[in-house]
Amino acid sequence: MKRFVPLTITFFVGTLLIFSVFIPPMETLGENFTLFFDIIAVFAFFLGGGNLIRVHFTKISRKKEDWPFSFVTIFGFLFMLAAGLFKIGNPGDIASSVTAPDSLFEMVYRAVFVPLGSTMYALLAFFVASASYRAFRAKNREATLLLIAAFIILLGSTPFGTMLTSWVPELMSVLQIPNLAVWIMSSPNLAGQRAILIGIGLGVVSISLRLILGLERTYLGDDGA
Amino acid sequence: MKKSTIIIFALVVLVFIASWILKGSTNEGDSPYLQGFLVTLAAFLTLAIMSFLYKDNPYYKFAEHLFVGVSAAYWMCLGFWSTIVGNLIPRLSRGMSDFFQVPYIEGDYNFFFVIPIIFGVLLLMRLSPKGGWLSRWPLAFIVGTTAGLNFVRYLRSDFIKQIYSTIIPLVVEWKGFGAFFSDFTLSATGQLALMGTNIVIFIGVICGLIYFYFSKEHTGLFGRASRVGIWILMITFGASFGYTVMGRISLLVGRITFLFKDWLEIIN
Repeated sequence: MKRFVPLTITFFVGTLLIFSVFIPPMETLGENFTLFFDIIAVFAFFLGGGNLIRVHFTKISRKKEDWPFSFVTIFGFLFMLAAGLFKIGNPGDIASSVTAPDSLFEMVYRAVFVPLGSTMYALLAFFVASASYRAFRAKNREATLLLIAAFIILLGSTPFGTMLTSWVPELMSVLQIPNLAVWIMSSPNLAGQRAILIGIGLGVVSISLRLILGLERTYLGDDGA
Repeated sequence: MKKSTIIIFALVVLVFIASWILKGSTNEGDSPYLQGFLVTLAAFLTLAIMSFLYKDNPYYKFAEHLFVGVSAAYWMCLGFWSTIVGNLIPRLSRGMSDFFQVPYIEGDYNFFFVIPIIFGVLLLMRLSPKGGWLSRWPLAFIVGTTAGLNFVRYLRSDFIKQIYSTIIPLVVEWKGFGAFFSDFTLSATGQLALMGTNIVIFIGVICGLIYFYFSKEHTGLFGRASRVGIWILMITFGASFGYTVMGRISLLVGRITFLFKDWLEIIN
C-alpha cells in the first residue's frame, strides 16, 4: 500500500500526460492535470506555511539559538497572511486583485518583500566578486578563456568598454568590445549553452522514463528502495 | 546584553523615527506619514541586509527572519487567490463563486476537481506523525505530472529544437564570389562575422557534445574535438558568469539609487 499506490499513481499520470500529446481528444485531460498540479502546489504552500510555524514554535519553546528572531518570522508570516487572505485595506471589494495598489498586502510587498529580496540578491555581487578574485587566475588555457570571456562581457556592458575601442574602424567593428560581447553571447556562448541544453534534454527524458516506469523510487523515501 | 549593543539599538530606533517624521513632513500627496514610514522601513531593511557585509549581526538576522515569514505568506496568498479562488472554486461551487465574485465555469467533468482537494489534504498529512506516509500519494501525482509534462516538453524544446537550430547554412547570404570577397571585412554586420557565427555554433555544439560523451576514450581526433568542446564550454561559463555579475551589480545599483534618491533625496 505504501509503495504500490504511489508507484501506480506516478505511472498512470505520467503515461496519460505523454499520450495526451499524441491523442487530441485527451488534450483537455492533460490541461486539467496541469491545473490539478497547480492546485496541489498551493496546498504545498500551505504545508510549507504550517511547517514554518511548527519549526519556529518548537525553536521558541526549546529556546534554541536565536529563538527571539523566530517571533519576527511568525509575526511577519501572520501579518502578511492576514493582509493577503482578508484583503485588508483593499480599495475595491472582494473581486479586486489581492495586489491592488495601496492595499496593506501591496504596501508590505513594496516596503518589505521587494527591498529585502533585491538586496539579498544584490549582496551576491560582493560574494561573486570575492569568489572570482580567487577563481579567475589564468593558470591554464581553459581558465584564461573563461577569464577573457567574462572580462569582455563585463566591459561590453559598460560605457567604458564602448569608449575603449571606439577608435576601431567600422570595417573591423566586430573587434569593438560591445560588438565582441554580443558576438560571444550569440556565437560561442550559444554553442556551449546548446550543447548543455541537449544534454539536459536527454537527462530529463531518461529520468522521466525511469520515474514513470517506477525504476527511480527515491522520492518515496526510505520505504521506496 | 552589552551596553554598546543597547546604545547602537537606541540610536537605530532614533534615526528611524527621525527619518519617518522628516519623510512624512516633506512628502506630498495622500497619507504622507504612511508613505514616509514605508520608505524609511524599506531603507532600514536594505541597510540591515547590507550590514552582513561587515559581519553577521542581529539587524541582519531580524531582516532575514522577517523575509522568510513575509515571503512564505506572500506566495501562499498569491496561490490562494490565483489558483484556489481563480481556478478551483469556479469549477466546484456556484455559491462560493458568487461569494468570491468569480464567474462560475460550467463543465460536465467538474466533479473531477475534487481529486486535487483530496490530494491536497493528503499532502497536509505530512504534518501528522502517524499519517505522514499518505502524503506520498499527492507527491506521486506531482512527480508523475512533472515527468509526463517534461518528457515531451524537454524532448521538443531542449533536444529536437536545439538540434534543428544547429543545422544551419555555414555560408550566409550567398551572392556570388565577387560579392563575397568584396565584403570580406571584420565588420560586425559583414559576411565574415555572420559566417563565423554559424561555423562556431555548428562546430561548437558538436565539439561540446563530444566532450559530454564518455563512452569513448578522449584520444586522437575525438580527443582534439573534445578539447575544443572544453574551450567552447569555458567561454560559455565565462560569458554566463559575466552576465550574472552584471545582473547582480544592476540590482545593487538599484538599491543604492533607492537609498540616495528615494530615501535620502541626495540625487535626482
